[in-house]
Amino acid sequence: MTSDNDRRRGLLARLRGRPVARSRGRRRLGAAVRLFAALMLAGGAYTVFAPGAQAQDNPPMSAAAGEGKALFDVSCVTCHGRNAQGVEGRGPSLIGVGSAAVEFQVSSGRMPMARQEAQAMRKPPAFTDEQVRQLGQYIQELGGGPQVPEGNNLHQNADLAAGGELFRINCSQCHAFGGGGGALSSGKYAPSLHPASDRQIYAAMLSGPQNMPVFGDNQLRPEQKADIIAYIQENLKHTQDQGGFNLGRYGPSTEGLAAFLIGIVALVFASLWIAGKS
Amino acid sequence: MKRRKFDVAAVPAKTAGALDDRFQAATPLRKLLNKVFPDHWSFLLGEIALFSFVVLLLTGVFLTFFFEPAMTEVVYNGSYAPLRGTPMSAAYASSLNLSFDVRGGLVMRQMHHWAALLFMASIVVHMLRVFFTGAFRKPRETNWVIGSLLFWVGFLAGFTGYSLPDDALSGTGLRIASGIMLSIPVIGSWVTSSIFGGEFPGAILISRAFIAHVLLIPGLLVALISVHLGLVFKQKHTQWPGPGRTNENVVGERMFPRYALKQGGFFMLVFGVIALMGGLFQINPIWYFGPYEAWTVSAASQPDWYVMFLDGSTRLMPAWEINIPIGDGYVIPPIFWPTVVLPGILVGISLLYPFLEARQLKDYKHHNLLQRPRDVPARTAAGAMAVAFFLVLTLTGANDVIADKFHISLNAMTWAGRIGLLIVPPLAYYVAYRMCLGLQQHDREVLAHGVETGIIKRLPDGRFVEVHQPLTAAADDGHGELDYVGWVVPKKMNRLGALGPAIRGFFYPIERPAEAPVSPGHPPVEARPEREEITSGESRR
Repeated sequence: MTSDNDRRRGLLARLRGRPVARSRGRRRLGAAVRLFAALMLAGGAYTVFAPGAQAQDNPPMSAAAGEGKALFDVSCVTCHGRNAQGVEGRGPSLIGVGSAAVEFQVSSGRMPMARQEAQAMRKPPAFTDEQVRQLGQYIQELGGGPQVPEGNNLHQNADLAAGGELFRINCSQCHAFGGGGGALSSGKYAPSLHPASDRQIYAAMLSGPQNMPVFGDNQLRPEQKADIIAYIQENLKHTQDQGGFNLGRYGPSTEGLAAFLIGIVALVFASLWIAGKS
Repeated sequence: MKRRKFDVAAVPAKTAGALDDRFQAATPLRKLLNKVFPDHWSFLLGEIALFSFVVLLLTGVFLTFFFEPAMTEVVYNGSYAPLRGTPMSAAYASSLNLSFDVRGGLVMRQMHHWAALLFMASIVVHMLRVFFTGAFRKPRETNWVIGSLLFWVGFLAGFTGYSLPDDALSGTGLRIASGIMLSIPVIGSWVTSSIFGGEFPGAILISRAFIAHVLLIPGLLVALISVHLGLVFKQKHTQWPGPGRTNENVVGERMFPRYALKQGGFFMLVFGVIALMGGLFQINPIWYFGPYEAWTVSAASQPDWYVMFLDGSTRLMPAWEINIPIGDGYVIPPIFWPTVVLPGILVGISLLYPFLEARQLKDYKHHNLLQRPRDVPARTAAGAMAVAFFLVLTLTGANDVIADKFHISLNAMTWAGRIGLLIVPPLAYYVAYRMCLGLQQHDREVLAHGVETGIIKRLPDGRFVEVHQPLTAAADDGHGELDYVGWVVPKKMNRLGALGPAIRGFFYPIERPAEAPVSPGHPPVEARPEREEITSGESRR
């Protein structure tokens, strides 16, 4: 039994030589003290090394995000679900979409959607800029994600020509050469860029809304995004057309229509008139 | 010094006399100046094409002074800021310079393009007039064939011109053209590499398209137009049937002065409309499309309207690929059918139509009188069917723009086009046929019963009837004995002189309206001037 006890004793005890017989109560007390000390040590080490603040269950939200959550719980929760986790068959999860997506969808009036259809349409926005910012802040604090830089003019000192080239390579396939938009399959479409603000274009490139691909900062660097925005805002939107009325800039289809509706109609009337002169 | 008396009034006569003494020009000239042309507004539609062509030549010559047909790469440094510093072909750079740095260059370019669209449009409208009135019948089949060829040569002229600026839209069109050529079995790859000088796009194409566009095709057009007009001159213009007009004579206006002056005026009008369109409406803004690069394709890249039906047929064609297991395997791609076979069939049918119709009707006589569309329902209906076919294809060629702007699903547009292409033309045939018969029926009714007077009479037994004014003395059965001759039947009382003539003028009366007649028996209508036949000393045959 003693040899058995000997073998079972720890290294320190063996070094100290034969143990002094202790009372059962003392042994119990010592075990409790050691356990407490070990727990204190482990807990203390954990509190020192672990990322303490974020580990809490319900981090306090900023005031703006709190406002945003209140708006969300009234206007968005039906489709995007509690805590923006999404509802099967109604709306996707918004975890990780970032404030860029919120800003694009809500400030352009696309969200809240009027009904489920191929694609959300641009409408007069339902929220003020401040409310959009609060909603964005809420989603941002909920799951993180891309954010649009500060400021309303995002194309200062940008290179128009470089923007034009990038626009033709990356954007004109869907939004067309004049930024007027174009059709996609099954009722989807690339919308016209003419009503879009700098921030909305930037947010769209960052978040890739609906059918648009994401142009993250490793595909188009922020200064290239600024170039594209400059080309859209300064050239496609603000330039008066050099050749006169642009017929909607829809390409040869409206030009052909005009050739008949204006040219041929005018000339047929002219021939009626001149043949009637006798 | 004694002053010689100089009689100014006698100068023209003396000069002309002197010229005639030397060149004996008076006799042939008199014949020429007295040549008679039938006058009707629909005969002027072909002139729109002719005059647009003149404008095309004039503006085109201007454009060649500044255009550089080369694909050498340059860096643009002109006045259009959004493209400054962009590498591009010399052709595109010179087109930009033409638009922004040459004085009047942009309006000339736009006039040239509008004139091209109007040239093709008026060819088609003129062709429809000729078709629906039967003007292509013997002896004028050759002219119909030449006219059809003019459309296709104009098509080529338009396509080569569309390709010249070397912007992204041109390049997209050329890429499609090269794909179409490649799809031709056996010879496709050789045709393509011969034209492009190797793989697309090559470095020679713009120069080749240029020489075709400014020399070969216009030369061909001038030659065909000359023969076309020469034949009209030789065979004389057709005319509508009517009082005094027979299959053997020509009733109309003398070439000089009236017809020539009208034509001169009409040229000014055509020129004016083209100039207005060139100045007011932007066409093909090449600066938005940017230089052509293989990876640049814009949404709404369409050809000009007269090529759009081929784009449409391509969009409707299902992806049926035919694999022929010969040797290493051979593929006929689906694009071959809508872009090579279909236009081939269309050219064939349009060239052969006069002969097919003559054969079908066993009608080999000379025809100098036109037919009203309603009097040949089968032809009119066939024409309506062809127009419907063309329209469905052309609309489909723009179906992405229509889908986007009218919020329709693009897939739905494609299927509507596929089903429409099969259903709409037969429907158009049926509707046109019934309309022709209905119009004929109404003419016959008026010939038999007379014109509706608008007077409702109540009979002693209580019935109401409308009083009709018979066109001729009624026979025993109360019906007139007038034959149906295929010409306008008066259908209103004022056409019979009963209510006084309609007030003349286009938008406002150009004369004081005649006093209202005292009674229908005494209409204040002047007697019609006597018609007399003008002969130019030669007969039709």
